Amino acid sequence: MEKLMAALKAQIVEQLNLQEVKPEDIGDDQPLFKDGLGLDSIDALEIIVLLQQHYGIRIANPEQGPEIFHSVRTIAEFITAHQTAK
Amino acid sequence: MYIYIQGTGCVSPQETAAGNTFPAAVLPWEGPRLKAWEPDYKQWIDVKLIRRMSRVIKMGVAAAKLSLQEAGVEVPDAIITGTAYGCLDDTGVFLSKMINQQEEMLTPTAFIQSTHNTVAGQIALMLGCHAYNNTFVHKAFSFESALLDSIMILREGRSSSILAGAMDELTNHSFNILSRFDLYKKEPVTYEQLLKSSTHGTVAGEGAACFALGTEKGPNTKAKLTGLTTLYKPVGKAEISPDITSFLAAHNCSQEEVSLVITGRNGDASGDEWYEYVENTLFAGKPVAGFKHLCGEYPTAASFGMWLGNRILAEQQVPADVLLKGKVPEQIKKVLIYNHHKQTHHSLILLTAC
Amino acid sequence: MHSDVWIAGGGVICGIGNNLSECLTAFERMEPGMAHMEHLHSVHRHTFPVVEVKASNATLASWTGMPEKISRTALLSRVAAQEAWNSTGLGDIHQYRVGFVSANTVGGMDKTEDFFADYLQDPSKGHLSQVVHHECGAITELVADAMGIRHHISTISTACSSSANALMYGSRLIKNNLVDVVIAGGTDALTRFTLNGFNTLMILDPAACRPFDDTRAGLNLGEGAGYVVLISEALAAELPASKQPWCRLSGYANANDAYHQTASSPDGTGNFLAMRAALEMSGIKPEDVDYINLHGTGTQNNDSAEGAAIARLFAPHYPPVSSTKSFTGHTLGASGGIEAVFSAWAVKEGVIYPNANFSKQMKDLPFSPVTKFSAGLQLQHVMSNSFGFGGNCSSLVFSKNAQS
Repeated sequence: MEKLMAALKAQIVEQLNLQEVKPEDIGDDQPLFKDGLGLDSIDALEIIVLLQQHYGIRIANPEQGPEIFHSVRTIAEFITAHQTAK
Repeated sequence: MYIYIQGTGCVSPQETAAGNTFPAAVLPWEGPRLKAWEPDYKQWIDVKLIRRMSRVIKMGVAAAKLSLQEAGVEVPDAIITGTAYGCLDDTGVFLSKMINQQEEMLTPTAFIQSTHNTVAGQIALMLGCHAYNNTFVHKAFSFESALLDSIMILREGRSSSILAGAMDELTNHSFNILSRFDLYKKEPVTYEQLLKSSTHGTVAGEGAACFALGTEKGPNTKAKLTGLTTLYKPVGKAEISPDITSFLAAHNCSQEEVSLVITGRNGDASGDEWYEYVENTLFAGKPVAGFKHLCGEYPTAASFGMWLGNRILAEQQVPADVLLKGKVPEQIKKVLIYNHHKQTHHSLILLTAC
Repeated sequence: MHSDVWIAGGGVICGIGNNLSECLTAFERMEPGMAHMEHLHSVHRHTFPVVEVKASNATLASWTGMPEKISRTALLSRVAAQEAWNSTGLGDIHQYRVGFVSANTVGGMDKTEDFFADYLQDPSKGHLSQVVHHECGAITELVADAMGIRHHISTISTACSSSANALMYGSRLIKNNLVDVVIAGGTDALTRFTLNGFNTLMILDPAACRPFDDTRAGLNLGEGAGYVVLISEALAAELPASKQPWCRLSGYANANDAYHQTASSPDGTGNFLAMRAALEMSGIKPEDVDYINLHGTGTQNNDSAEGAAIARLFAPHYPPVSSTKSFTGHTLGASGGIEAVFSAWAVKEGVIYPNANFSKQMKDLPFSPVTKFSAGLQLQHVMSNSFGFGGNCSSLVFSKNAQS
């Protein structure tokens, strides 16, 4: 889980071009959207593609985004659950 | 009703964004491609927003912010931009990925940012400006249309200050493709020689220039935008002279009253013939200045010319690097900017000192 | 400066008809145009229905006398612009000072896509003839040149509100006496660029779109062109009795949502401001509006924002509303022009267009769209909404009578 979260942070920073953010600055439970890291709906769509590219996971309904993408930990949990389920 | 230039801002291949005055010296360039001198955008744009912005968006926003700052205007009554190419970098990114990835696994950011009105939309977003917002994308009339729309809206009398501007970027793809159209010089050329070269082709440029226009003088107003017109595909040089004469007459300006003519001369022999013709037939003996050796050629380059014209009126002097011929009068009152792009899109802008 | 601008005629080509008359028949018969892609080549051809113009480039070229190899966007533009001109009683175009203000969102992208496929393999490859009309303005010039228009030509691109803004700019050109006539509207052909772009936003409905329906799940892309012919009051007065203007463009406004680059604010601030200012310019009250041609794309976000703004402005007098995009799909830069033609015709003929595929009222809205075609009504004022990326919100008002 720790390894997955570290990888996710690096991928998020790269994909979203978060210029002034270092992967290690992102807290495992820090909210990614709004007051947390300040991401928005476009970023959510970017993360959907990220999950598809790196983890082969498809999210068909963007409405699911806010729940899954709450924090790096929730995304990691989603990936783990999804991958074990397969 | 007079229309005053309340503030200007310019990002160009020269250090125009550093202090909004004439740069002390010309930044020399080599080869047929001029790149914008970019300021530290963080002074105007939140880092959270910068991460998604391509160069043309940053240049446009910076020029807009500079012009509003100089005008002392926080939120204008309209935002009107012109861009011939739009957000080319984002367009190229999305297009390339779409082709290389066979339409799969594409992400939205480049597509969203590729929309032509991104710059105007971003400025509105940053300023919280709910007012009229429009973007003209008509080749080398993009800037002129934005200016004309601004003038017409100001004349309606309900707006006091409008942000009008133009921006275009050059990307690796666009430079490669435009080069294949044989637009640029094959031989090495410097900024000192460009406008005197009598060979084929010019150099490519880019930049953004914005103007806060208003019906009243601002604290830094030095000039009025007296007139503007465009001429589409004139049949020959002979057609242009009566058009210029009647344009001046429509704005109660005789040829003698023009203190300085700024032309869009770009070093391309056949295009420069038009300027030569107008200089010799209508403005013999008048001082002439040029600007495309500073910013390069691009469809909205007339906006750089207008920025320069305003600076000349503000400082009442013509920098030696831009004066091409003639003697500048003691008082510079009226500046005529005559520009054409590829001989098809001609425009005239008349500025008056105040 | 304060004289009226009249609509002397209009023309449209889109996925439900190659001219206005065919479109009207489609509305009457409740025949939306969603279908599988025939002319656009995309890997998504079996995933997303589109509303294509039912004519190949070769056919469009033969109708217009323009070369087949140019952008479809220009071919569509020419068809509709010529129909618009022919529908007026103005006669020879060369006797007037004519402007052409045409909007589009991606210029000659349909050809650029083909060019880029070769170019990316080798930068010295790709036919330059395929990129020579890449710029939005190049499309406008192809048509202006073919029609012999040169007094004033311009192109506007503000995403999905583009051609509504073309009508505004065109009106100002007339009011400032720069021209006598303006053909104003817009055009957009389907491209892989836009299809894939909208797909990344996850707002394409794999079924037929359901604007203003509680079950809506996105939009269908369409293509086409639509233009009205704007004329000055002086010119309107000279028209023969048999060719009287359709109506007046009595009000228009553009406002910015200033909320997000693509999403509308939940309460539709920009939409509200645009509609309110357009009404103000018309000098009418919300209850005077007899029909609203909605922007109504069918996305969750647009319809709830537009609905909220209408509720705020019009309560409790909700006029009949419908989204003709439920027939034509979302034609992007052309939509404001196409819907301006429909709206101006609505005033002239007393027509209200149906909203297709409607079944369930939106929970948060106190009104629902009209689902039946009706004609022979007395419509004094019709509003047309167009909203685009960059928070760009436009509203137009078409009115029957001269200003009292």
